[in-house]
Amino acid sequence: MTTASLPVANRRRRQPTKLRRAVRRNLTAYGFLCGALICFAFFSWYPMVRQVILSFQKTNFVDAPEWVGLKNFRTVFSDPAFAPAWINTAMFTLLALLCGYVIPFITALVLNELRHARAYLRFVVYLPVMLPPAVGVLLFQWFYNPDYGLFNQVLGFFHLPGLQWLNSTSTALISLVIVSTWMNMGSGTLIYLAALQTIPSELYEAAELDGAGLFKRIRHITIPQTKLILLVMLLLQIVATMQVFIEPYLLTGGGPENSTVTVVYLMYQYAFNFGSLNAGNALGLMLMLVLMVFSAIYLRVSRDNTV
Amino acid sequence: MSNATVTPGRSADAPSSPGWDERGGRRQRRPRKPINTQFRTAVSPHQLNTTHGRIIYWIVLVIVVVSFTAAFVFPLYWMITGAMKSTEELNSIPPTFLPEHFSLDGYLQAWDLLELGRLLGNTALYAGGAWLLTIAFDVSAAYALSKLRPVLGKVVLALMLSTLMIPPLVIMLPAYLTVKDVPFFHWDLLNTPWAIWLPAAANGFNVFLLKRFFDSIPRELLEAAEIDGASPGRVLWSVVIPISRPILGVVSILTVVNVWRDFVWPLLVLPDSDRMSISIGIASLSSQMPQNVLVASLVIASIPTIVVFFIFQRHIMAGLTAGSLKG
Repeated sequence: MTTASLPVANRRRRQPTKLRRAVRRNLTAYGFLCGALICFAFFSWYPMVRQVILSFQKTNFVDAPEWVGLKNFRTVFSDPAFAPAWINTAMFTLLALLCGYVIPFITALVLNELRHARAYLRFVVYLPVMLPPAVGVLLFQWFYNPDYGLFNQVLGFFHLPGLQWLNSTSTALISLVIVSTWMNMGSGTLIYLAALQTIPSELYEAAELDGAGLFKRIRHITIPQTKLILLVMLLLQIVATMQVFIEPYLLTGGGPENSTVTVVYLMYQYAFNFGSLNAGNALGLMLMLVLMVFSAIYLRVSRDNTV
Repeated sequence: MSNATVTPGRSADAPSSPGWDERGGRRQRRPRKPINTQFRTAVSPHQLNTTHGRIIYWIVLVIVVVSFTAAFVFPLYWMITGAMKSTEELNSIPPTFLPEHFSLDGYLQAWDLLELGRLLGNTALYAGGAWLLTIAFDVSAAYALSKLRPVLGKVVLALMLSTLMIPPLVIMLPAYLTVKDVPFFHWDLLNTPWAIWLPAAANGFNVFLLKRFFDSIPRELLEAAEIDGASPGRVLWSVVIPISRPILGVVSILTVVNVWRDFVWPLLVLPDSDRMSISIGIASLSSQMPQNVLVASLVIASIPTIVVFFIFQRHIMAGLTAGSLKG
């Protein structure tokens, strides 16, 4: 208001300095930004775009790339491992959710009630998360050994028959889920625990006065109060587990009989073992689209609930 | 019983203590400390401090402690002691709970056979460089976006955060090609540390965490410095960074630990066995090693991250919950 009422001459004199200052501020700002911008541009944004382009091309890095339409997708579709890869990935995600989503929440509920050994329990449950994943996976490979592995020894101790674990089509996938749950449940547990501790105690007291028992209190207070974090974690976990790679790569190589082949593993194989990078890209693009649906829901949920 | 009639609500633990004193007065029981009911949770504090409630509480506590120890500590114990056993002892049925001879030969063999010293050195180099670059680039970027607010700053931020929506594994093939032949420059970064360092700095989550923290720094603080004639760089260095230590700690640890634990990316971009990181090195040789040597190498590979966890437990957990509250 005051600048608008100033005499014209005065305004003219001020504007260049203001403009110069704005330009200078922007230049400094982009100076600070340039390192990160270059990294993001080369290693995040450009690959995203290139993922789409390469899916529709045939490239051998000697000749100029050739547009081939949907040919890469057709190659991938006709692969006998294509359907198992998606089914296994979906199954793995589902089982990993059943174990890796429900167990950490129940664990957090119980931990929240305990008044002793809290620091120890929190530390211990997070310990496997800190191991390098390769270490956890190779450790379980040893445990799963049908002859002298720890698991069959324990089963034998209870006079139960040993299992074939990774070597049988019926148990291989669930074996991978167990490794994955063991390695990752710590973070979920601690996040739920943090969420549980934010629930105001008045709510429980009020519910108790109304005569609600323990399970009713959990059902009507605890779960609704942690609904947002539960939903967010669900989506994050779907996105994380759908990219399962290291477990099949190190433990089973996709076998036996394609029973543990997953989408990312197949993608890796196309690029580095089958010498058909573009088919791998096509597969990657499909997975990217699926995951983006979940990501979009995640964005929706978290935006609706924080504003 | 009396507790329930005395008072509802928060003061529940106060009336319970005289009750316990009375009981303690009886000869056969020494006065016991009531279970702390300072934090109200789903279980009612009154129920918790009845005899019945106490019994259940202690049973549950023992079950939880035992099962957690069995599930999460015992495998590590098995790993550490397994590396001390000979191959024959490892294959014996039933297994031995303690190694027959205490010897560190497995560890020494692992160190030599797998050249763990070199692998650890490589990994330290990757993690250290990634840390430096991440701090330098992401802190200055977050500062610019938060405090200098350039034109299109919001767009840049949105683009950076959008990378959180697309997991890095999904774009691993085109990212691999970029590293193999960087556009415009035509550098081949394969088997160089830059292949780890540069992509590590492109971390939208770090930018998000840092920017959110910088947003909470009051403007007046920075303006005071500006009036004293400090340049933006000077403000960042002398005002913002000193008060941002907590978040810098979180970002540093997340970065180092992530690079240390990463598997897929180093598998793609560091195929040369002289350049491998520890996870890849062990995994690539795992099938050729005797079991006890392999297990010993697993122990050695996990020591650094476990030590970091012991020391920086607080920061790591803070980073975890910060991550869950994003959005």
